[in-house]
Amino acid sequence: MVIYGVAMLALCMLTGIFFGDLLGQLIGVQANVGGVGLSMLLLIVLVNQKHPRFNISVPTETGINFWNAMYVPIVVAMAAKQNVVEALSSGWLAITAGIAAVAAGFLLIPVIARISPGQHHDR
Amino acid sequence: MIGETLVRVLESNTLIVAFAVVGALVWFSYFLSAKLTRGKLHGSAIAIVGGLLLAYYGGIRTDGAMGLADIPLFAGLGIMGGAMFRDFAIIATAYGVRFEELKKAGLIGAISVIIGVVVSFSVGAIVAFSFGYRDAVAISTIGAGAATYIVGPVTGTALGADSSVIALSVAAGLVKSVLVMVATPLVAGRVGLDNPNSAMIYGGLMGTTSGVAAGLAATDPKLVPYGAMTATFYTGVGCLLAPSLLFLIVRVVIGN
Repeated sequence: MVIYGVAMLALCMLTGIFFGDLLGQLIGVQANVGGVGLSMLLLIVLVNQKHPRFNISVPTETGINFWNAMYVPIVVAMAAKQNVVEALSSGWLAITAGIAAVAAGFLLIPVIARISPGQHHDR
Repeated sequence: MIGETLVRVLESNTLIVAFAVVGALVWFSYFLSAKLTRGKLHGSAIAIVGGLLLAYYGGIRTDGAMGLADIPLFAGLGIMGGAMFRDFAIIATAYGVRFEELKKAGLIGAISVIIGVVVSFSVGAIVAFSFGYRDAVAISTIGAGAATYIVGPVTGTALGADSSVIALSVAAGLVKSVLVMVATPLVAGRVGLDNPNSAMIYGGLMGTTSGVAAGLAATDPKLVPYGAMTATFYTGVGCLLAPSLLFLIVRVVIGN
């Protein structure tokens, strides 16, 4: 059933966000720490179960893949609700700080990728 | 009568309107991508920039903080593009993830998050200093804003920063997130952002969940789960480090 996939996804998200929130309180920050990341890990572990009584049928898979496919449209909607006006009218300090942070991030990607043990050139 | 009925129907089904509007925008963007750029620029990249342009229009029209979603007819975009659906869809992208890739890049991903927070904070703090700020609280708050627009106000509130400084930190984070959305597909090739390993590093370095989500969607949707995985830890680490360790370092360096 399609709803099994959707419900499994929902359960992963609620569990992950719950523990992310607890983790945030535990280390004393007012933020969810990795809730979505934990949810993703949970989903990956669940779908990789090799138990004979737990196998994911095609309709169940459809329920997950629908939301996977809705990802780009949802991101487009997210872009359309950003506070772009404030970002652009906030003055040079904010704009410079934002640009500099992004530039530094991009420049560091190849640097860190080079020292990373997981790198591979077999593309 | 027809006009009134139409508006009433649309305004009482805003989420459905959002589905239709986004569908039309995506279709138009893929059309432009194929006709104008021969597919060189990803349709989803054009759609995201289109979304940002509409958000700009909405912001100008209404003076609100939610872009096009502040116009009642398009309020559904706020739900569809809100954190709840965004996170749900991000988690769904993990369905295709290979566990080995994740494990292989796990350590470097975690290191990237810490480097990302420290570097963004430092860069933001240096910019604040060069714009004439000399007070450690203000410099740290703006530096935190250069991490993400959540770390900024959390840090500012914890340190007791001025509300105008907190507003600046939010703005710096917003600029960062919008820029990551737009710039990622353009520079991805040059910085080697084409495999799960570098996607996890990218997510850790940038940290803005919305920026990373949109940036990877416009570059290669297959990389989304890897970047999103590390990015979701970033704000938490930022909220942990910025008002504590990083603030103390700033105070020592500034000397007050």
